[in-house]
Parts: sequence; structure tokens; C-alpha cells
Amino acid sequence: MGKTELMQYVDSLTERKEFPAFKAGDTVTVSYKIVEGNKERIQQFRGDVIQRSSSGVTETFTVRKISGGVGVERIFPFSSPFIDEIIVNKRGVVRRARIFYLRGLTGKKARIKERRY
Amino acid sequence: MSGLIGKKIGMTSIYDASGKQQPCTVIECGPCVVTQVKTIEVDGYSAIQLAFEDMKEKNCTKPMIGHFAKASTTPKRHVSEFTRFEEGHQKSFGDVLTCELFEEGEFVDVVGTSKGKGFQGVVKRHGFHGVGDKTHGQHDRLRAPGSVGASSYPSRVFKGLRMAGRTGGKRVKVQNLQILKIFAEKNLVLVKGSVPGPKGSILKLERWN
Repeated sequence: MGKTELMQYVDSLTERKEFPAFKAGDTVTVSYKIVEGNKERIQQFRGDVIQRSSSGVTETFTVRKISGGVGVERIFPFSSPFIDEIIVNKRGVVRRARIFYLRGLTGKKARIKERRY
Repeated sequence: MSGLIGKKIGMTSIYDASGKQQPCTVIECGPCVVTQVKTIEVDGYSAIQLAFEDMKEKNCTKPMIGHFAKASTTPKRHVSEFTRFEEGHQKSFGDVLTCELFEEGEFVDVVGTSKGKGFQGVVKRHGFHGVGDKTHGQHDRLRAPGSVGASSYPSRVFKGLRMAGRTGGKRVKVQNLQILKIFAEKNLVLVKGSVPGPKGSILKLERWN
């Protein structure tokens, strides 16, 4: 077996839940589990997806939100067992795959136009 | 020291029982054949020689074909010695070792050849910090090595002084890498963290027990 097939074999053993398709510019709510001591609870993080990175088992996405006037970004791995659910709230119109320009914008400027069908 | 010869396949990550993401290197490890057993009486030291990865007979030299035929095996591409292997692991001529030699959770040392980086300056090669400031009128000294010694005494540069030169492509050993997972059916070992060298390079996995 070649190197690629062996890597695919190793990666195929990591389970990945089914999530709705989304891309940069969309607004999502991520429900993720938090373990405190031996208790588990679910927290939600809602914000704009600013990038999807990597592929396969190591694929991640970055969500940005403004919390108390401060920008907060969180990177979630798609294969993480802690991710409970991803809900797509809004589809946005953006021209690029990585919308880092959002970091330099605040207030009304930082809005993303919603995609209408 | 026991161990196996392996081949770097690539890097990925896996999730452990607590759900934590662990970066890991996939290594194709074994099967290796014992092609020679060296003893103190005959050779002056004790070791075993392992061979890994099949090759075509037409690409193998005749002396080596004979050497492999003695251990009743096909020609192999890579041959390496493990000193004092027999302590705790009695192996005899012609035995085939697989990655089941290792156990999940134990620690191994990985030896490989680091990626060649060509002729590099002292900042990359030795971690120097360059000379002085970026600004305040200073220019073209940012990655300079600085002084290489005193003047009239000793009137020469000491041997072994760290300077620019060929970097990488050297034998490197990384110690105490944990084995996260073993896939015996594919001869794969997942080692935590990174190992030296490019994908497809040959590695030695060593264990001191």
C-alpha cells in the first residue's frame, strides 16, 4: 500500500458526525460539550464563519463573534467528539474563502449581506 | 535495546479516550527479519541485524542476496543493527518481527535523517539572534554572526566555532515519543508528535527494555 492509502486508512478510523454544509460568511451556532469535573454541559457559540481550514480528519473552522465589544474567535475541529451540533442560522454573501478583513471592521461595517434565494 | 526499522508515512491527528486531539506521526513499522545475530564470543559485542522492505533481486548485489538467503528471506532494502537486543527479547536467526513488538502507551526513541536545508546562516543554523537593532541607523547586520574572536592573540579563529554552513540532512534522534496506537494488520504505529525527516524516509524505532 502506498503512503496515501495508508494515511486514508488511519484517517478513516476517526469518526466524524454529519453536519450541514456551510462556508465562510455564514452565521452558525455551534453547540459543544464542556466537561466540568465529572459533569457535562452544552454551551453555544454563535458567530460568523471566517474560514475553513485543512481537510480530512484535521479539518477545522473558525467562528468569530463580538462579545462585549471585544472580538472573540474560536477554532473548532470538525472531528472533535465535543461538538454536539452545528446550526446554520444565515447564509452570507462574501467574495473570498477567508474573510479576515472582518477583523479590522466594527459596527455596521462588519455586517455580512445575507444571501437570498 | 530492542526496536524496529520503519518508514515515515505522514502526520495526522487522532482523538484519545478523553476526546483530546493528539498530533501523531504514522509510521509503517516492520515486518523486519533477523538477518544476523552477533554475539560477544564471535563478534566482540552482542547485537542483532534487522532487514526491512522487500526489493527486487536484480537490484540486490550478489553478496547481499547470499546474506539474505542464509536467513532464508528475500532481498531487503534496508539493514540495520540493534545492539544488546537480546536482553529481554531472545530472537534467533530468521525470525520475523512485527509492530506487535511494541505496546500501546509505551515510549520509544525515533532516529531519522532530518530534512536537508542547504547552506544556511547562523540564525537558522545555530539560533543566533543577529547583531543589534533593526533601526536607529543600523543596516545589513540583522542576521550577521558578529565577532568570531579576538585580535592579535590568538590571531586565528578557534576550531569548532559555530558559523554558517550546510544545515539539516543529519542523523537526529527524538527521545521518548509515546506510541498512541498500533494497527497490527497494516503494520502501522502511531507515534505522538513529529519525527525527523521527510515522508517516505527510513526511521529506526528504539526501545530500551
